[in-house]
Amino acid sequence: MSFLKKSPWVLHYAATSCNGCDIELLACLTPTYDVERFGIVNTGNPKHADIFLVTGSVNEESRKVVENLYAQMPDPKVVVAIGACALSGGIFRDAYNVYGGIDKVIPVDVYVPGCAARPESIIDGIVKALDILEERAKERKRQRKVVPA
Amino acid sequence: MSNTTIIPFGPQHPVLPEPIHLDLELDDERVVQALPSIGYVHRGLELLAERHDFIEMANVAERICGICSFIHGQGYCQAIEQLMGVEAPPRAVYLRTVWGEISRIQSHILWLGLSADALGFESLFQHSWRIREMLVDIIEETTGGRVIFGVCKVGGIRKDVNDETLRSVRRRIGEIRSAFDEIANIFRQDATVKKRTVGVGVLSAEDAHALGAVGPVLRGSGIARDMRQLGYAAFGDLDWEPVVEQAGDCYARCIVRVREVDQSFDLITQCLDRMPAGEISVSVKGKRPTGEAMFRLEQPRGEVCYYFSANGQKNLERFRVRTPTFANIAPLVHMLKGCELADVPVIVLTIDPCVSCNER
Repeated sequence: MSFLKKSPWVLHYAATSCNGCDIELLACLTPTYDVERFGIVNTGNPKHADIFLVTGSVNEESRKVVENLYAQMPDPKVVVAIGACALSGGIFRDAYNVYGGIDKVIPVDVYVPGCAARPESIIDGIVKALDILEERAKERKRQRKVVPA
Repeated sequence: MSNTTIIPFGPQHPVLPEPIHLDLELDDERVVQALPSIGYVHRGLELLAERHDFIEMANVAERICGICSFIHGQGYCQAIEQLMGVEAPPRAVYLRTVWGEISRIQSHILWLGLSADALGFESLFQHSWRIREMLVDIIEETTGGRVIFGVCKVGGIRKDVNDETLRSVRRRIGEIRSAFDEIANIFRQDATVKKRTVGVGVLSAEDAHALGAVGPVLRGSGIARDMRQLGYAAFGDLDWEPVVEQAGDCYARCIVRVREVDQSFDLITQCLDRMPAGEISVSVKGKRPTGEAMFRLEQPRGEVCYYFSANGQKNLERFRVRTPTFANIAPLVHMLKGCELADVPVIVLTIDPCVSCNER
């Protein structure tokens, strides 16, 4: 990919995370990594977001919030699960209040491993998500053409 | 007839990296009362002590929270060592102290950045995190991790740091200190910071004491209580005094943290000067913890209490943690009464909420 077709806005939610991946995610936005230079902006509003970044596994309380935020995001949208807990529950998979990975609740497109996931791998995950996002936007356009006005 | 509105704050909110929910009852723009509800990050970590043996559990304890990770690991290992009657070698104790203080500085600078962001001072946020990244480099070089250090184990530490690296750490700590002084002056003097924080969210010394505040919240209200005074790890040998501010408002809590960063730089330098040589761990093979004990440590956010109960088995009988954020929620609710809606994010941030610690 030589240039970005779109400036993706990301929404971040810490589902049942220990904070480690959230800190690394915030570190991506700050001068050393600075993803904002590519137009990637962290927004607090799900209606503005293209990419949903979730850290941590899910429990009963956070399940509702994750589902809600996902439902509020406009199509096309991509979900990136960040960190070992978001993938499978990680070190907490045996804990009684942990359901497991994010994919138990919402469909996940990109999995970023690590405990805690490093900023480089998080950026890599977002770049992968961008391709998927573009693919989905094209798909939507195609579908619109098929349906007669 | 009451004429109040209820506004939900959280769990997903731009100023909060973590989910906490507050129901704010408002009369016009004034907060009448705030009702916190928690549980978004509860994992049931304490019960894992029954599934993992006490040596593995050190890794789980470190993941109670990603910001104060090392200090949780340190507290767990110190407590188990005491229950087993094992003493960690002096070099391990000093290195633990150094790592603990580095993690305190990075936590405080991280918080200063987030609070600047809550004030709408975006460039100060970016500069704070730029300086924090220099510390994270030191952490990565000496331990191998950026967030989760993974170097603390029962009986000592996993990894030694050679003298050459320690000298370079010492030099770089000096550089980071002068870089931090620049932003510290902004927090101390800038009109924007003062306008938003002076006189906001006042907590008097009596209230702080009665409501059980801990850490910088307590010290910002004029009570000099710091668990490092207990002299665990190397703190008994070092020369330092708790930082205290009198005003009890958001500004005072901010300044406490700025001064504590300076103090921690001092403590690290002292430790590096006195760094003993020798072994870094002792074998704990065949030993099992027995008995019941309670331990207190000072985290970046305040006092953390651990309760242990063991019966000589390989699993602990009970492991319980009371974290500083939990103790600071009652003072927070008190501070929010009577403040304006626009000040809520700033006040919530000044207790430095660490929700994953709080709920485990």
